[in-house]
Amino acid sequence: MPNMSLKKNPMPVQDPVERGRNFNEVALGYDEATALDEAARCLNCKNMPCVSGCPVNVYIPEFIAKVRELDFEGAYQVINKSSSLPAVCGRVCPQETQCESKCVRGIKGEAVGIGRLERFVADWHNEHSTKAPEIPQANGHRVAIVGSGPSGLTCAGDLAKLGYKVTVYEALHLAGGVLVYGIPEFRLPKSIVQKEVDTLKALGVDVETNVVIGKTLTVDELFEMGYEAVFIGSGAGLPRFMGIPGESLKGVYSANEFLTRSNLMKAYRDDSSTPIMHAKRVAVVGGGNVAMDAARTALRMGAEKVYIVYRRSLEELPARKEEVEHAMEEGIEFRLLNNPKRILGFENPDDRRDPRNGFVTGMECVKMELGEPDASGRRSPVEVPDSEFVLDVDCVIIAIGTSPNPLIKSTTDGLEVNRKGGIVVEEATGLTSREGVYAGGDAVTGAATVILAMGAGKTAAKAIDEYLSGKQ
Amino acid sequence: MYKIISKRELNPTVTMMDIEAPLVAKKAQPGQFIILRVDENGERIPLTVAGCDSEKGTVKIIFQIVGASTELLNHKNEGDYIQDFVGPLGRATHTDGLKKVAIVGGGVGCAIALPVAQKLHELGCEVHSIIGFRSKDLLILEDEFKAASDKLVIMTDDGSYGEKGVVTEPLKRLIESGEQYDEVIAIGPLIMMKFVTLTTKPYNIKTIVSMNPIMIDGTGMCGGCRLTVGGKTKFACVDGPEFDGFEVDFDEAMSRGAMYRPFEQEQREHVCNLFKKEVK
Ligand SMILES: Cc1cc2nc3c(=O)[nH]c(=O)nc-3n(C[C@H](O)[C@H](O)[C@H](O)COP(=O)(O)OP(=O)(O)OC[C@H]3O[C@@H](n4cnc5c(N)ncnc54)[C@H](O)[C@@H]3O)c2cc1C
Ligand SMILES: Cc1cc2nc3c(=O)[nH]c(=O)nc-3n(C[C@H](O)[C@H](O)[C@H](O)COP(=O)(O)OP(=O)(O)OC[C@H]3O[C@@H](n4cnc5c(N)ncnc54)[C@H](O)[C@@H]3O)c2cc1C
Ligand code: SF4
Ligand code: SF4
Ligand code: FES
Repeated sequence: MPNMSLKKNPMPVQDPVERGRNFNEVALGYDEATALDEAARCLNCKNMPCVSGCPVNVYIPEFIAKVRELDFEGAYQVINKSSSLPAVCGRVCPQETQCESKCVRGIKGEAVGIGRLERFVADWHNEHSTKAPEIPQANGHRVAIVGSGPSGLTCAGDLAKLGYKVTVYEALHLAGGVLVYGIPEFRLPKSIVQKEVDTLKALGVDVETNVVIGKTLTVDELFEMGYEAVFIGSGAGLPRFMGIPGESLKGVYSANEFLTRSNLMKAYRDDSSTPIMHAKRVAVVGGGNVAMDAARTALRMGAEKVYIVYRRSLEELPARKEEVEHAMEEGIEFRLLNNPKRILGFENPDDRRDPRNGFVTGMECVKMELGEPDASGRRSPVEVPDSEFVLDVDCVIIAIGTSPNPLIKSTTDGLEVNRKGGIVVEEATGLTSREGVYAGGDAVTGAATVILAMGAGKTAAKAIDEYLSGKQ
Repeated sequence: MYKIISKRELNPTVTMMDIEAPLVAKKAQPGQFIILRVDENGERIPLTVAGCDSEKGTVKIIFQIVGASTELLNHKNEGDYIQDFVGPLGRATHTDGLKKVAIVGGGVGCAIALPVAQKLHELGCEVHSIIGFRSKDLLILEDEFKAASDKLVIMTDDGSYGEKGVVTEPLKRLIESGEQYDEVIAIGPLIMMKFVTLTTKPYNIKTIVSMNPIMIDGTGMCGGCRLTVGGKTKFACVDGPEFDGFEVDFDEAMSRGAMYRPFEQEQREHVCNLFKKEVK
């Protein structure tokens, strides 16, 4: 008998006031009873609309059925056929616009909590499964992966399982890509990412940190070293700035810098030697997941007031719904339909050595209203005349987007990129304009999602396997 | 982990080390830098490649002890390991076609300038080096500069060695005496580089400066190292570290460099206290 409740089981969370002062995970996850109750809401639809909403087509009704049968490991194995990072995707996928947006239960009431169930299953597996991964039979081929984000890790894992000898090269000192340097601990505990990396290592994958491809080694040198194919999953790490006056003042960060300092370099902990500004009043510019993460990190670092400054309205806010709700609960103030014009700094005209000189004192914004829909159907914001005002802040974090880093393109002959710097690939295979060189994830699409990056890694792994087995 | 193959004190606050890092040693060119972390909780700090031995697979770094991380690094000895070491980063010094160059080094900046001088000297370029220090006991790399330069002027602020005064004085003198430089390359404290550009500007001699803003990743990902050059935002780690000195906004760079001063002082005291306790 299905559970006909119109609402999904709420996600247990840390108290909003309490969690605003710590970096522990906010969402605590379903317990077994809640998971069973939620699984009972799935109608096991024959035509499976939800599956078509998932970019990697996880067999959703099938895994939920296993949950109902209390076969949690079986459920994990079902998900694992399509997704190699369920503990991550269950936490960070924008489910409301993907799988859950297509769920029939969402027509009248709320969709089945597919992401929450996925997370439950993955966490159960991580906690209970003791099976060491089977070491596959080596097939003698070598593949190099550039970048250890979700696309690179997935491609590496799939190829290793097929017997390839895989080396992952990572520029930073720690593997995981955005999962370790961008997304904060309170949303995605780093131990989960570490576990994924450890699993890869157990499969025989070599992870070489501190190697910048294009600098330490070039793509051509990788082939000279005996790798027969290369996958580029280098992400979209190049931060955009607004180009307004005052962006070089002290206290203005790109979200990447702010989050890297706090996540990767652990600047929020006392034992870290990396500095970060413990600002009191912070404005974060932008409305995506990155902006939410920066705002909530600033709050946890001791800010008394944190604003999200976004030039469109709540409806257009691209961040995951859950993160927006969490941010609001934590007391972050949303300044919607506001656009920054310039950042103001302290200047003591009588004393050039005044230590306060050059630090941010405020941000001038202008109010916006939504105009007519443009070609893309989005209503673009236009300035309301004479509506300028100053937001009183001592720190500004810019989270208006990133683009692919040009480093690899500029050092690899014959690698085609598009106008926005994304590597051009054949969609069905991930093949670039260079033979044997594949690419995927944010490096191709520009900033997107974990699940799309993972899917691209899978596609490329399959194509690389076909390419190299055909070569023999 | 990267092994310290040798360590030598050049003066009480400047140390030279050779680090085993074969991939970096194979590639590094003068003007490029590395980023290292001393230990697991360490900060990522950039240091210029002061030379390398591709056969032994070692990279030379020369660093001044200015704060917590360099203090920690200086407590490591031959045979010890450091946690992370990545490079070579940044662009190499442009040396093609130069026939006569003045190299101006200040303090530990001389360590960064030396490989550039050596490379130009090797390429047959006439090298005039002007190196400046606060006083005689801080002088470093005198012999190395002598070997790589056609002319060498040593300056000290207090006159305890060489000539008394700052590096811009002999630079101006040489230019006025008719030396025709293709380029002046200035490496040292920001304030020194700023004054070098003010000295060369009236003569319109192309002046290259090596910028050292605060960095983290060194790959163009964080934007923390941004500078304003010719009115445009540039990332020193990928677009530099060398830039056309006439275009650089030095005042902004000096302001940004001081962003974390109170934190840095506190960290340094913390590290110094740790080592004091150990000694007791
Ligand atoms: C703060 C933040 C929050 C986000 N939140 C979400 C979310 O909630 N849900 C969601 O689905 N998505 C989210 N995203 C987006 C998601 O994280 C990315 O789309 C995804 O990580 C892209 O994966 P990737 O493998 O393509 O690249 P990345 O994860 O960017 O990894 C690329 C890796 O390659 C390395 N690299 C780059 N250049 C080189 C080189 N030359 N040599 C060697 N290594 C190199 C980088 O150091 C990095 O480790 C968020 C992103 C950010 C920044
Ligand atoms: C491209 C580049 C090349 C450099 N080459 C050399 C070199 O060859 N020899 C040398 O002695 N120094 C060099 N430096 C400077 C060196 O990085 C700093 O002295 C070092 O980071 C100080 O760290 P600390 O913790 O000991 O001192 P701190 O107390 O943290 O800082 C002291 C001062 O060092 C600077 N600094 C601090 N952290 C950083 C950082 N992450 N990145 C850059 N600067 C920072 C700041 O101006 C600060 O005020 C270089 C810097 C850059 C950017
Ligand atoms: S991977 Fe993401 S989109 Fe697919 S089912 Fe899981 S949560 Fe939904
Ligand atoms: S659409 Fe919803 S109810 Fe139907 S199978 Fe998918 S999750 Fe279950
Ligand atoms: S150090 Fe991060 S972009 Fe240059």
